[in-house]
Amino acid sequence: MEPLRTSSDNRPAKLIIEEVSKSFVASRAVVHALDNISLTVPEGEFLCLIGPSGCGKSTLLDIIAGLTKPDAGRVLADGKVVRGPGQQRLVMFQESALFPWLDAFGNVMFGLKLRPDLTNHERRKIADYYLELVGLEKFKHAHVHELSGGMKQRVALARALAPDPQVLLMDEPFAALDALTRDQLYSDIQRIWMESRKTIVFVTHNVREAVCLGDRVILMSPSPGRIAQVFDIPLPRPRDINSPDLAGYAYEIAAALKGTLEGAAYE
Amino acid sequence: MKRLVIALIFFGALIVLWDLAVRSGRWSVVLLPSPISVADYIWTALLDGTLLDAAWVTLKRLFVGYIAGVIIGLPLGLLTSTSQVLEDTIGALALGLQTLPSVCWVPLALIWFGQTEGAMLFVVIMGTVWSVIIATDNGARNIPPIYARAARTMGSEGFHKWTRVILPASLPFLVSGMKQGWAFAWRSLMAAEIYVTILTGFGLGHLLHYGRELNAMDQVIGIMIVIVLIGWLADRCLFSPWERFLHRRWGTNVKAS
Repeated sequence: MEPLRTSSDNRPAKLIIEEVSKSFVASRAVVHALDNISLTVPEGEFLCLIGPSGCGKSTLLDIIAGLTKPDAGRVLADGKVVRGPGQQRLVMFQESALFPWLDAFGNVMFGLKLRPDLTNHERRKIADYYLELVGLEKFKHAHVHELSGGMKQRVALARALAPDPQVLLMDEPFAALDALTRDQLYSDIQRIWMESRKTIVFVTHNVREAVCLGDRVILMSPSPGRIAQVFDIPLPRPRDINSPDLAGYAYEIAAALKGTLEGAAYE
Repeated sequence: MKRLVIALIFFGALIVLWDLAVRSGRWSVVLLPSPISVADYIWTALLDGTLLDAAWVTLKRLFVGYIAGVIIGLPLGLLTSTSQVLEDTIGALALGLQTLPSVCWVPLALIWFGQTEGAMLFVVIMGTVWSVIIATDNGARNIPPIYARAARTMGSEGFHKWTRVILPASLPFLVSGMKQGWAFAWRSLMAAEIYVTILTGFGLGHLLHYGRELNAMDQVIGIMIVIVLIGWLADRCLFSPWERFLHRRWGTNVKAS
């Protein structure tokens, strides 16, 4: 297992996805969700997966998380084969998966309570720290239904960050939010990522979002789900979603995305 | 406060109507006793202890049977929610027996247990357990799968997942199931007490039964009012706090749904 390095830079590989395939049996037809995907994510990278619906990007995220088993191939995290979910790779879902029977603080504490190496005092301090990081220290004891959509996703982000995972997996986390709230969260997530330098895999179908956040954008094509094209985004950070610098990249990726759809239509 | 006043006026008016009907003289006072004589019966029975003794005997049976029913029904319901096979077997059995009016268990209980406390408990448990199973199963199946997925990624598995995620997530269904189980338990116990005379304890149902035997309508109506009051109090004291908790946490109006 010598050099776990990528071609593009010399950071060690955090995640290695090796020839992963997955198909589902839907009503009467077998859907090839993923076909022979190989991908290496270096430590500290912000990687965006983009593609039309049905390209398997969320399935790939589930496989990295360990929530779904691939039919073929494997995922290595820090050189170890992923066999199930674990606190090293936490997921933030599209809809808020916050637990309504707990308040904001209780939700952030949930993952921490499963860390036997921490004392209760430490857990509380960590939970407070992350609630403050996402700007919700005043809503510590708010019930989930009292929070707005954006606030819920902030709590979900704090909950995912609190157990200090190596990898953060985000499945279209901002898709259900309004544009203003999203813009605010883009700068928050970049700030938090630059401070914590976690490895992030971010699934989206929004091209500008991918360009704004990603070091690299992986474009996937549907049926079967494959990697169509890889784009490097060497723009300085923090990036503003409305900056004209993004537009060129976004235009290029949007055109390629359209191409994958046409290709699929004629297949 | 305003709601309380309206309620008081409503019930006051009911009693006045009742009294007017008695005073009209159209019905014999043997069939329709006046509110005063019913109140008088309740008061006397309270003072001489018969009412409290009977209520204590009844409530003891109810609580023991109900708690046993919940202890049996809750895990079974969680279990049936986990597998299709258990759902098609135990789940189907529960659904079938739940439709059986619980008074139908009385003849069987009498033959099996005789005129004993055991027969009473058996009927109450049979009244409770099936609806608790169904409600729990229903609740656990209706949990958004994303809760379980989120919990798994955070390392929650097995016992922890059941007690910290599945159980609280199905709380809205559980509370309505427990409430339904309570209602069934209460109804089945009354049926059993009216049918079966046993020497180990003289419950409210027995008082009702002997009221009929003695043609004492003030006793019959008085006991009926006590039974209604106990049911109402149980709802208020046992279930309303839970419903308010759910309302606060989930933000949904459980009562309205």
